[in-house]
Amino acid sequence: MLRLKNINSYYGQVHALRNVSLHLAKGEIVTLIGANGAGKTTLLNTLSAVVPARSGEILFQGEEIVAHPPDRIVELGISHVPEGRQVFKPLSVEDNLELGAYLRYLKKEKAAIREDLEMVYSLFPRLRERRKQMAGTLSGGEQQMLAIGRALMARPKLLLLDEPSMGLAPLVVQEIFRVIENLRREKGTTVLLVEQNAKAALSMADRGYVLETGRMILEGEASELLENREVQRAYLGKEKKEIWER
Amino acid sequence: MKRDYLLFLLFATVVLVAPAAFKGGYLLNVLVFMGINTMLAVALNLLLGFAGQISLGHASFFGLGAYLSGILSTTYGFNPWLTMVIAAVAVGILAFGLGFPILKLKGHYLAMATLGFGIIVYIVFNETVALTGGPSGLSGIPNLKMGSLTFDGDLKNYYLIWCFALVTMLLAINLAHSRIGRALRAIHDSEVASRVMGVNARLLKVQVFALSAIISAVAGSLYAHTMSFISPASFGFNFSVELVTMVIIGGLGSIFGSFLGAALLTILPELLRVVQDYDIVVYGLLLIVMTMYMPKGLAGGIASLARRLRPAKKGVVDAQG
Repeated sequence: MLRLKNINSYYGQVHALRNVSLHLAKGEIVTLIGANGAGKTTLLNTLSAVVPARSGEILFQGEEIVAHPPDRIVELGISHVPEGRQVFKPLSVEDNLELGAYLRYLKKEKAAIREDLEMVYSLFPRLRERRKQMAGTLSGGEQQMLAIGRALMARPKLLLLDEPSMGLAPLVVQEIFRVIENLRREKGTTVLLVEQNAKAALSMADRGYVLETGRMILEGEASELLENREVQRAYLGKEKKEIWER
Repeated sequence: MKRDYLLFLLFATVVLVAPAAFKGGYLLNVLVFMGINTMLAVALNLLLGFAGQISLGHASFFGLGAYLSGILSTTYGFNPWLTMVIAAVAVGILAFGLGFPILKLKGHYLAMATLGFGIIVYIVFNETVALTGGPSGLSGIPNLKMGSLTFDGDLKNYYLIWCFALVTMLLAINLAHSRIGRALRAIHDSEVASRVMGVNARLLKVQVFALSAIISAVAGSLYAHTMSFISPASFGFNFSVELVTMVIIGGLGSIFGSFLGAALLTILPELLRVVQDYDIVVYGLLLIVMTMYMPKGLAGGIASLARRLRPAKKGVVDAQG
């Protein structure tokens, strides 16, 4: 479904992604883990063309999309839930969700948009309760739900999630991960999940990639990565000693 | 949403019957200015209050509209209505072209760029004496006509200007409630997030900039044809700042607020004639007090005052926080 080949991205002179390649099959949940500054967020931003790639190829459903502007990417079915949620704080919850369907208004899909609004509300009942409330007054978890709901309003084929667990209580994280799994089960949504919470992400995902200072250093089945000693040491918080001298 | 339209209907009715209360030229003349300022404030509010993009050069679009319309109708004898259309189209194209490079800038840099543009235009008005009459201005601009009706008296001008002002307000209210209005507010809050939602932020900002400039140009054309005299002094940096003040005092993102801000800043100079040069002190104090106690502007201030009064009457606390 999605294939990245030798992507290079820069912030000015800083080389943030070095020859990164990655692929996702339809219906897969793939997670991308790595330390701060490894380039995880840059990779998602490159995918949604907020940070344009300087070289390399991105194929989405066989189409070359590397030169597309962000709105065209959304139109093709890639929705991005940005890091730190980025809900539109002074706008109501419902306005936020309707903005997610921004491009679909042009196609006169009013009825379908209403349906999807209901779908999001049934997915996250809390949002229905607060639909007239300003998004900035929601709790962190609710804002994350709103950000995901907003992305779903574009009817994405591929969902890009950037650290949905950031700053949230473990129970809320569980709830959000459960919704992501349900989405895949019920709608077949493909998910690319960027996480710092490597353990939780790997236990949900099918496969995983490990990014380190702009390079892809590991790739494999999620269960393999969970067992991988290097991953355990670097990202799962196990002491080197504990692993090697057991 | 419905409330805005009801309010508009009420407002339009008041505007239509208001002249009955004022017999005589002077006050009516003030109201004519108020109408023009309302158009300008609403136009700038679309850019500043909704999309969150500052312009310190909006008086120049107003001036370009006035001069284009004035010169074409006076020197070249074009029909005044036609010159209004020409001015609107020309300024629209100019703003659209200008918007692409200029709106890539943000915050202070955008303020500087628009300020620079305003000053360039002001200098051109002053220096191209053969065309504009230079600092001594352009006079003898013909009035607008409709069949046998010539818009020359204060009352006729009042209705002419306020027709345009009301249409502008209605247009802005419609825009605010549309998907475009939502997208503009989204850009205001977070440009990156709005872009990943599929909003073409760059284009939309330029479009609203152009729309705002077009409305300002139409207001300029109306100004030229009703006053029949224009000079560069009306379109300088000071007036650009005054427009920004109207929008902020009225309330960012509130269409009726823009009217309130325009009304206040039209009436205030008239009231402050008695203190002469010290009026600037009053302006300063007003701005300080407003930003301290009414950060959402007059519109927001009135709304929260109403909320505070209502539960006292009904004895119920507003549940929606």
